[in-house]
Amino acid sequence: MTVKAAKHWYDYLWILSTLYLALGFVNILFAWLGLLCFFIPLLMALLGKEKGYCNRYCGRGQLFALLGGQLGLSRNRPVPRWLKSRWFRYAFLAFFMTTFFLMLLRTYQVFTGAGNLREAVTLLWTIQLPWHWAAPGTGVTPWVAQFAFGFYSVMFTSTVLGLVTMVLFKPRSWCVYCPMGTMTQMICQVKRPKG
Amino acid sequence: MTVQSRKRKKAAVDQGHCVACGCCVKVCPRGAISVAYGCYAQVDESACVGCGLCAKACPADVIEMKEVEG
Repeated sequence: MTVKAAKHWYDYLWILSTLYLALGFVNILFAWLGLLCFFIPLLMALLGKEKGYCNRYCGRGQLFALLGGQLGLSRNRPVPRWLKSRWFRYAFLAFFMTTFFLMLLRTYQVFTGAGNLREAVTLLWTIQLPWHWAAPGTGVTPWVAQFAFGFYSVMFTSTVLGLVTMVLFKPRSWCVYCPMGTMTQMICQVKRPKG
Repeated sequence: MTVQSRKRKKAAVDQGHCVACGCCVKVCPRGAISVAYGCYAQVDESACVGCGLCAKACPADVIEMKEVEG
């Protein structure tokens, strides 16, 4: 018999993650809110909360558990060995950081006027999806909009990847190679008391 | 009368490959598993009843149900 644990407020954070994805289709400026998913896990790891974000508050992980687990949209197979290997996790983190940096560079180019604002969301680092309907009005500074398009591309791409591995393997397979998870675990490993 | 030693199953974590996501913590009905130092999952063998829910939920498949004496 499984004893169902009492639900807490933080067990519903998957609603915010879903809302975030939806709002990106309405107005791209909402993408800025995604920075919370970057800073909160890092700050928690740095300030002694260890992996508290992954363990408790990650709305995306909850969403995958819900879709893949409760709704059964997962084959529930083990992930391939290479996917959970340390070198792949670190390489994926390095790749992710590189594309993130390129996104910031592009934002900077728009800021200085060296580049023009592109009203598109890039899926899987290559596919340009037209996204003009969610573009903010002309009153918004171009680099602010460019960052939003770039950041939403990062969030959208990682969600799509997570959904694919959710279906193919276990519901929360994304957690195995999530760059934020790898980063916070690295911080915890460094901070871990020795001996 | 001889007392037979019974084999019981307990969860065992491959801590070198654990990603510390905490999926196991969420499903454990006994609160027998925790994420130590944010680095890896750790099983309290005295509380583990060997139900295997954690092994099933683990996305990295690093939890195995192992037979122990007791």
